[in-house]
Amino acid sequence: MSSPTKPLIVVEDLSKTFVLHNADSAVIPVFSKLRMEVSAGECLVLSGDSGVGKSTLMRSIYGNYSPTTGSVRVLHDGEYVDITQASPHTILDIRRRTLGYVSQFLRVIPRISTLRLVMEPLLENGVNPAEAEARAAKMLSALRLPEAHWRLPPATFSGGEQQRVNIARSFIRQYPVLLLDEPTASLDAENRAIVVDLIQEALDGGAAMIGIFHDLDVRDAVATRLFPVAEFKAAA
Amino acid sequence: MNAISKVEAAPLLKVDGLSKWYGHIPGCMDVSFEMRPGEVLGIVGESGSGKTTLLNCLSGRLPPSAGRIEFDTRRFGLRDIYTLSEPDRRRMQREDWGFVHQNPRDGLRMRVSGGANVAEPLMNMGQRHYGAMRQATLDWLSRVELDTTRIDDKPRNFSGGMQQRIQVARNLIHGPKLVFMDEPTGGLDVSVQARLLDLLRELVRDLDLAVIIVTHDMAVARLMADRLLVMRRGQVVETGLTDQVLDDPQHAYTQLLVSSVLQI
Repeated sequence: MSSPTKPLIVVEDLSKTFVLHNADSAVIPVFSKLRMEVSAGECLVLSGDSGVGKSTLMRSIYGNYSPTTGSVRVLHDGEYVDITQASPHTILDIRRRTLGYVSQFLRVIPRISTLRLVMEPLLENGVNPAEAEARAAKMLSALRLPEAHWRLPPATFSGGEQQRVNIARSFIRQYPVLLLDEPTASLDAENRAIVVDLIQEALDGGAAMIGIFHDLDVRDAVATRLFPVAEFKAAA
Repeated sequence: MNAISKVEAAPLLKVDGLSKWYGHIPGCMDVSFEMRPGEVLGIVGESGSGKTTLLNCLSGRLPPSAGRIEFDTRRFGLRDIYTLSEPDRRRMQREDWGFVHQNPRDGLRMRVSGGANVAEPLMNMGQRHYGAMRQATLDWLSRVELDTTRIDDKPRNFSGGMQQRIQVARNLIHGPKLVFMDEPTGGLDVSVQARLLDLLRELVRDLDLAVIIVTHDMAVARLMADRLLVMRRGQVVETGLTDQVLDDPQHAYTQLLVSSVLQI
């Protein structure tokens, strides 16, 4: 096993510039030469005004966006893997076992029941269906999603309910690294408190997190450190 | 530990420098990629971009003008499929592969029953026990969510979506390692399409199938594929993880393709 002091995420010299070929080749620089490290038990909160590049940074760390330069190394199976250079199947394996992502929006296959959606990350990791179902049910109860909803696909749910399905999917297993993109944006105070507890529990369990929170109460409750993205603003 | 071995598994398919010319018109040019067991590869691009030419070359139905297609065959190990003798290649296609056509009529025998269509690949594999084949057929009909009491109905008496599910069962029953799909949901209305996509996704995961799926529908590509090849004028202009290609496309053509998708 790796020593506990090794950071789980190491970002070095990361730059991202969008080039829009079909809009007169517009060039939009976002950030440049960005560096950060996140260790177990830390929750680094990205701060800054909207448009500063918080989500772009988070998506670059997840391997969803391709950064222009630099590296994002993730500790996966005790070894650092640079997600900006890794092959697609390595990235998928990292996402399956090491790197979780909670977005603001639930994007899933239509027609699949909520319970099944929450079971899926467990099934992908080889948990047997009966155990996966029991754990999914427990998670949905903890998030106070009415049991009558479990057999329904979440397409018709309210924003807050969909967001809780998303959270259930991401917290049902212990990812060593979790990226949280405003996971509490459409939740009421009580549900926010439940999510804060889940985050705290995962941090106590040794997870490393990078988050974006516009809600200052949530941010103050979970952040161990603020990271002002604007300090790495790329020159336009 | 399962997942690790999957990542490091030997390639199932290796394509190197594949080109196909129709006279002086290029169908596809210099395509190279590798696939591993359990991977789903999407080939996207507009009509005429060479998707189907590439699929036909890969699936042994159209000899390429240049390049190699090596496949890890059950009988002969890793072999260039076009160096196998014709009978060996045909047997390999029957045993190791499946091919789901856009139009179920192209993939089914319309004159024999739905059940016989599903069972036929087992007979091709040498099974002769009628009772066992019928049982396997019933199992597969229920796996693709078809009414098993209709096992003896002819395909034309099923709806388009049901015919497509018969075709899926027919192409999976013999346990192939690789399945080609050409716009498998292309002719179906959206509710039937969603149901078939769910089903395909679930089967792919449960059977650890490798799939090459051709589609012009970006939503289908996002749902089904682990990674994408984007084709334009016979060339692969961009390749990568599906969500990376769709959310942060680098090539001008991919940007155009992604930004042209209608939102509902």
